[in-house]
Amino acid sequence: MKKIDKRVITSLMAVAAGLLAGAILILISGHDPVAGYYNLFRGGLITIQRIGNSLALSTTLILTGLSVAFAFRTGLFNIGAAGQMLIGGLSATVFALFVPAPRFVMIPCVILAALLGGAVWGAIPGFLKALFNVNEVVGTIMMNWIAYWIVSVFVRTTIPESEYVTTVSRPITGDMSLRVGWLTNIFSGSFINIGLFIAVIAAIVIHFLLNKTTLGFELKSVGFNRHGAEYAGIPVNRSIVLAMTIAGGLAGLAGVTFYLGYQHNMQVNVLPPQGYDGIAISLLGLGTPAGVVISAIFFGIMQAGKNFMSAQTQIPPEIADTIIAVIIYFAATAILMRRLIDYLGKRRRDKKPIDIVKDEPKGGES
Amino acid sequence: MITSNQQSPENIVEMRSIRKVFPGIVANDDITMELRKGEIHALLGENGAGKSTLMSILFGLYQPDAGEIVIRGKKERISGPNAANALGIGMVHQHFKLVHNFTTTENIILGMESPFLDVKNAAKRVKEFSEMYGLNVDPHAKIEDISVGMQQRVEILKMLYRNAEVLIFDEPTAVLTPQETAELMKIMRTLIEQGKSIVLITHKLKEIKAVADRCTVIRRGKYIGTVNVESVTEETMAEMMVGRQISLKVDKEAREPGETVLSVKNLSVLNARKTLAVSDFSLDVHKGEIIGLAGVDGNGQTELVEALTGLRNVQNGSVFLNGKDITDDKTGKRIKSGMAHIPEDRQRRGLILDFTLEDNLVIERYRDEPFAKRGLLQRDAIRQNAEQIIENFDVRAGEGAKSIVRSMSGGNQQKAIVGREMELHPQLLLAVQPTRGLDVGSIEYIHKRLVQIRDAGYAVLLVSLELDEIMSLSDKIAVISHGKLVGLLDVDKTDENEIGLMMTGIGKGETA
Repeated sequence: MKKIDKRVITSLMAVAAGLLAGAILILISGHDPVAGYYNLFRGGLITIQRIGNSLALSTTLILTGLSVAFAFRTGLFNIGAAGQMLIGGLSATVFALFVPAPRFVMIPCVILAALLGGAVWGAIPGFLKALFNVNEVVGTIMMNWIAYWIVSVFVRTTIPESEYVTTVSRPITGDMSLRVGWLTNIFSGSFINIGLFIAVIAAIVIHFLLNKTTLGFELKSVGFNRHGAEYAGIPVNRSIVLAMTIAGGLAGLAGVTFYLGYQHNMQVNVLPPQGYDGIAISLLGLGTPAGVVISAIFFGIMQAGKNFMSAQTQIPPEIADTIIAVIIYFAATAILMRRLIDYLGKRRRDKKPIDIVKDEPKGGES
Repeated sequence: MITSNQQSPENIVEMRSIRKVFPGIVANDDITMELRKGEIHALLGENGAGKSTLMSILFGLYQPDAGEIVIRGKKERISGPNAANALGIGMVHQHFKLVHNFTTTENIILGMESPFLDVKNAAKRVKEFSEMYGLNVDPHAKIEDISVGMQQRVEILKMLYRNAEVLIFDEPTAVLTPQETAELMKIMRTLIEQGKSIVLITHKLKEIKAVADRCTVIRRGKYIGTVNVESVTEETMAEMMVGRQISLKVDKEAREPGETVLSVKNLSVLNARKTLAVSDFSLDVHKGEIIGLAGVDGNGQTELVEALTGLRNVQNGSVFLNGKDITDDKTGKRIKSGMAHIPEDRQRRGLILDFTLEDNLVIERYRDEPFAKRGLLQRDAIRQNAEQIIENFDVRAGEGAKSIVRSMSGGNQQKAIVGREMELHPQLLLAVQPTRGLDVGSIEYIHKRLVQIRDAGYAVLLVSLELDEIMSLSDKIAVISHGKLVGLLDVDKTDENEIGLMMTGIGKGETA
């Protein structure tokens, strides 16, 4: 338990360091950091509508964060959440625009389409790794660009808004959207949608999968020690493909919540930043579903509040992105931070007598 | 250069009340050791007792937290290996630090070459040194072409070339055949005659008896005592090392082997560099017998075992388990067919270090009833299984079944693996270096268990680099050299010398 506490502290310290760095930047740009942060968080939380928007942004981030975190727990680095999200969004959009269906059929179908689209997009680099030992980092990055151009071609040729406007897709109308009236009403007209429930359910499912099932046991053992899993007769290659498929599916769901929930169309030539934000969220959330949800909400609030801050104080909205970037840095250097905590902790604790030699630090097993 | 004042002049090195603390452990606690000029001083202790730490302090790799080091009567602070070299202290590490595509001479002068290399001259000096100490090293041979024993001599030459007076040998015989070991002892004696002093780090009592003058024993970081080797028995030293009486003999009754369990036929296996590691290897293992596979490290044992367990592809030949061809079966299927495996590298292969102990103990069976039902893990059953193994195999872990395996000691990790593999109730157990790096107590325990497995009618293939272990446990000994089976011997009809010779590739009846 103690260990977990320490890790949580590390994450909080990363956040604090990010906010501190942001404050310094705001100072340098000649503004008041207190007013800046006040307005940043006010922008995300001041009205029920803004809270709704923050949550709507968080929804997508929860899913991309889960995608990266899940892959990470199974020993894989999924840089491809952006591409998987695009393909998921595209699958759902195409289904929505071309298949006429009543709403109660439409909604499950677009969700399923997104899930499958993302899953396929994740499975391909998984296969490449399992069969040809292609590093999944390279594989997923390549798939990002393939997705990027596929979406561009599709939007321009198959589903452009009109003959004249070919840079965005035909809009998703009310029937096909994940926004639902009662939710929109509660949050007085915000972008919030049922994607939030999808995200929370996904987090619970992933938690269950990782901790309670034989499949999770298998995937985690491959993630921790591939050679050990091999030794125990666990099919390592199958695990890799499966893990990437699930990770891709999660990012695909992020696509439907964003393009058919937060937005109502897809644009050409945009690689959604949520893919990379997912990496930061996963790191900050310590790779656990609950941690991912909390971090994603924090990121969502900052994303929703940054323009408000800028409008109120003339602080450039990029400051918010800078804060996020610094947090990523510190979360990524968590080991360094943990050493610092250990060091500070050791100084505070008096030198307790310690005995019993366990293992020689040098020699023994290499 | 003896500039002694009050302390006895015959001590070339004195380490007094040395204390070294690492986070969480006291590696050295008030240890005193005196090395007389011209003696071979053994440093005896179990793995993890603090021997290497103490010598690393002398060699300047660590700084002591307390205590002092006196060299030739003068108090010194040794800031690093270069400072140690300057004081005439040299170390032969357990894992040699040699550049493989360099010649012996190039390796010896590495790091001390002047701007203009004079390899010719250096080679001449290397040759002189080599002759003076009877090392027989060819100054122009490439490291990759010479034997392990010869590489070790290059390491020794490296120290002599730097005018070392005090030579520290860290477990020098771990990688040697019995013949090479005997050679090394001869070299050590020559070195002493030439006025050098030697510290020999080891846990092998036989070697101490054979070559050392005095022996300092440490246990769990504490100084136990220094004895004259001549005046004590191996048993006494063992007791000092472990802290209780132990039996060095394995009790084993003769048994008639039963039917064939494992049958290896003309097996050839490639290694990672795509060269033949095992070639045309055939061997049968029967019920109720332990076959020991003896060989020098790196002669195909690893590849053979990986091929048997399905972790490595077979190039040629076949493997039968209980008469069934399993050559193309995956690892999981082989485990289900009754194969258990104590792997060579317990941390890389045998365990998921970041999993809990209880999860590790079902790593091969997590899908089977009662550990899983309809894809869900059954925590109670998993816990019960762990508690049973913990009790039966005396596995000690801080938080019991819930302990993270990484936090457990090597001995307990190994006991956990042994317990887990036995709990599979296998037809065949492949035990690869089952006691590597363990303390004497754990070794004794695991040996007893292996004999029990055999008596219960299992077939055991024991692969070990420790010839003593093979000799005392096996019913028959198979010798492997360069991936080939050199011979299969009855343990009663052979001795260490014959096996040692065969390990170098010379078959029975042939002459060197």
